[in-house]
Amino acid sequence: MTTVETNAAASYQRFMPADHPVQYLAPDGTDVESAARYARTSDDRLLEMYRSMVHGRRFDQQATALTKQGRLAVYPSARGQEACQIAAALCLGPQDWMFPTYRDSMALAARGVNQVELLGMLAGYWHCGYDPKQYHVAPQCTPLATQLLHATGFAYAEAKQGRDTVALAFCGDGATSEGDFHEALNFAAVFRAPVIFLVQNNGFAISVPLARQSAAPSLAHKGVGYGIGSEQVDGNDPIAMMSVMDEAVNYVRAERGPVIVEAHTYRMDAHTNADDATRYRKADEVEGWLARDPLSRLDAYLGGAGLLTDELRTEITVSADADAAELRAGMNVEQSVDPEDLFRFVYSTPTPALLDQREQIAAEIAAGELS
Amino acid sequence: MTTLTMAGALNAALRDALTEDEKVVVFGEDVGTLGGVFRVTDGLMRDFGDDRCFDTPLAESGIVGFAIGMAMSGYKPVVEMQFDAFAYPAFEQIVSHVAKLRNRTRGSLTAPMVIRIPFAGGIGGVEHHCDSSEAYYAHTPGLKVVAPSTVADAYSLMREAIADPDPVIFLEPKRLYFSKDDIELTKNEPIGTAVVRRPGTDVTVLAYGPTVSVALQAAEFAAEDGRSVEVVDLRLLSPFDDATVAASVRKTGRCVVVQEAQSFAGVGAEIAARVQERCFHHLHAPVLRVGGLDIPYPAPKLEHFHLPSADRVLDAIERLQWNDTPDLSTAVSV
Repeated sequence: MTTVETNAAASYQRFMPADHPVQYLAPDGTDVESAARYARTSDDRLLEMYRSMVHGRRFDQQATALTKQGRLAVYPSARGQEACQIAAALCLGPQDWMFPTYRDSMALAARGVNQVELLGMLAGYWHCGYDPKQYHVAPQCTPLATQLLHATGFAYAEAKQGRDTVALAFCGDGATSEGDFHEALNFAAVFRAPVIFLVQNNGFAISVPLARQSAAPSLAHKGVGYGIGSEQVDGNDPIAMMSVMDEAVNYVRAERGPVIVEAHTYRMDAHTNADDATRYRKADEVEGWLARDPLSRLDAYLGGAGLLTDELRTEITVSADADAAELRAGMNVEQSVDPEDLFRFVYSTPTPALLDQREQIAAEIAAGELS
Repeated sequence: MTTLTMAGALNAALRDALTEDEKVVVFGEDVGTLGGVFRVTDGLMRDFGDDRCFDTPLAESGIVGFAIGMAMSGYKPVVEMQFDAFAYPAFEQIVSHVAKLRNRTRGSLTAPMVIRIPFAGGIGGVEHHCDSSEAYYAHTPGLKVVAPSTVADAYSLMREAIADPDPVIFLEPKRLYFSKDDIELTKNEPIGTAVVRRPGTDVTVLAYGPTVSVALQAAEFAAEDGRSVEVVDLRLLSPFDDATVAASVRKTGRCVVVQEAQSFAGVGAEIAARVQERCFHHLHAPVLRVGGLDIPYPAPKLEHFHLPSADRVLDAIERLQWNDTPDLSTAVSV
């Protein structure tokens, strides 16, 4: 073999994900005997993660309840994906940016986005709901995979300006079938953009199972063809998620290049409240995944290690309930909307046609035809 | 005064913008080493470095989506789509994100950029190289849509488009790339108005991009028949300059809209509706449209059947009820 071939082979190996998802904890919370490739996250961070996961699940339950009460048009639950979402939020520094989808609300809440603002889109007040610049969180994206390109361009531009910014882009398994997913991976690799693509593979794109999305050995393998560092991880293992995401951030920051992380997880609830998941998946499959619940897994581990006492458990639960009560109260206040906003944010300056239409709306309001 | 082709004027505009503002970046497929398939970006990579002008992977959605991220970070991307029909893979990024980012985030994030699209036909191009896709973009709130018809405007409008805080779809008529003129390199602020290219009193012909010269030729022929034709070059399709158009039509009382695009649900239909809403009492005849046929852009040997010609414009002018003009002297001004 020539030197060139040897180097190419070595690089290729570096991009290969592990044969099996990285795992530290068994579903019952006990340690898994394995030669894990990554530095294990500290117990202090695991406690922080536990707290945030409890809050995340409570937030998700509250949002689901608000949908049933008609406060939200729709809510895509992420119950079961707490380890993925909280690891994503906690691995980033304040200067870093998230590029989320509609199912990443728990990650955004953990990032510190005001919960009432976070649900502003689903409550129908305005499309984003929060100020992206305040939280360094781009708007939650509904068209699949489009935001992966934004994250890539943004990460590249930040690096070009000498800023130490990592972009973390979320997507699901369905989004890996979209052209923009592939264009984003390719652009990120070619331009060495410091971006993490976190694929939360929860098994279904609404009703279509993974087998209809991809025939690849894993979704992480898709990075190989683009020359991107790749890894797959047990998305319901909080230690594995945090350890891999920390390493991903370190790698991306140091190497100024992208990585793709596939988290194997499961959406315990339906796609949204409008979906009937019993049409496309069986109860025993759901039950099997319930037994792999990331939250109870971390609870068992921390309890077994003597790090999580009943007293602390109660304190965290009470705190999460208080947050949920605050969210409930916030969502029960009808926010005012300003019809001027219809025209204010279309162009930098409203066009003559928009000014005419603004007058028309004002006149209809003045005449009592609209309120 | 400098003698330039339209491609040269666009190149000069990009060059001046790159010099003046370090946040301006130019990218797309073949824009670097090759200088663009129409040479609009000729020499920019050489003179400004591949940091400022660079080639990308061949992926239009990727180019526009990447530009959105760069714009969010503070850059002013000017991207090329190479040919009109090649822009369709980027359509989702353009309409769902470029056009809406300001709206979605209440102005916190914006995507100011210029998307350059060599458009329309008349160059004997093979399929997918000659579409007139302006209606798709003009129909999208949040985008500005510009189409120059002169060398001077190509320079000026490009400078204005780059300076504009909103995203601009910049449609470059391919068949005019190598038209030449003596121009002053001046930038007017901001993008905004249509312009009267030829004054007249009997009929207004509205045109943009590649059809302006067709309209001017028809005006010459009409003058021989004693008709005084006013030709208005729209320059921008969105936002639309109702004021200039209405002032002209109220003066002449007749109006023909010329577009190269297929007619059905096209920009000309919108313009005709707007003119009739604003100028009804001044009109002596219905507003007529002269457009391309309602067919996919034809193969090169057939394109002369499709493209609006000066004769077709002249025919439309003749159909404007010249001998049966009602007395509108008491019509109310609107």
